[in-house]
Amino acid sequence: MAENVVFHFDIDGEDFSSAGGASVTVKKKLRQLGIDSEQIRRVAIAMYEGEINMVIHASGGTADVIVSDHEITIVLADHGPGIPDVSLAMQEGYSTARDHIRSLGFGAGMGLPNMKKYTDSMKIETELGRGTTITMTVNIT
Amino acid sequence: MKIAQLKELLDAELLTHDESLLDHEVYNACCSDMMSDVLAFVKDQGVLLTGLVNAQVIRTASMMDMVCVVFVRNKMPTEEMIRLAEECDIVVMKAHYRAYEACGKLYTSGLVARGKNS
Repeated sequence: MAENVVFHFDIDGEDFSSAGGASVTVKKKLRQLGIDSEQIRRVAIAMYEGEINMVIHASGGTADVIVSDHEITIVLADHGPGIPDVSLAMQEGYSTARDHIRSLGFGAGMGLPNMKKYTDSMKIETELGRGTTITMTVNIT
Repeated sequence: MKIAQLKELLDAELLTHDESLLDHEVYNACCSDMMSDVLAFVKDQGVLLTGLVNAQVIRTASMMDMVCVVFVRNKMPTEEMIRLAEECDIVVMKAHYRAYEACGKLYTSGLVARGKNS
């Protein structure tokens, strides 16, 4: 791949039923680029969890996916409330999602842990009242 | 196990239209109403059993490359969900069994999630 391929999405925070649409699109695009199916699945799951988080906690945001020769980078940015305690948020099962979110099948406290599990690196930059940016990479082997 | 056999075991009703997909094999099963728990489970060619009805069930199955979704307790997905599933070549069925019974039937019939090559 001579140049990086970049995809940009605005994530609508108002509509839970359409959440995940960007991840579905990225999955299709990566398949067209001939990326290995296991790496596509890891990117898609991590991005999907991030998209859902942005809808649940931050009223949406933006998602950028950059594909280079050696890695896929996913940058999820929002202007939500920020994460008060990142290490607590990284614990499996810890969740601040409200009950109605659980009734929709999310808020089990597995979002951030799953994102870390499926990527080769994950960096969380967060500021209370300002927002959160999560940068994840999946190596292309 | 072929999806057709799974359908027969669960006495399930096919809701998507492409019957040729019933010939696909399933090697693993996962049962949950929490989609993040499903997303923690990566296996090839799985079936998802759930009592949750919303579009995120189909998107979750799609992210996991699952080939079949069974709604238990005769829960009926929306037309939009069925359309989404068809776009992703996912078979959707509904079965009258409760989740526990449906899992038991599949497990005792050999769908024990031992992996694709076993």
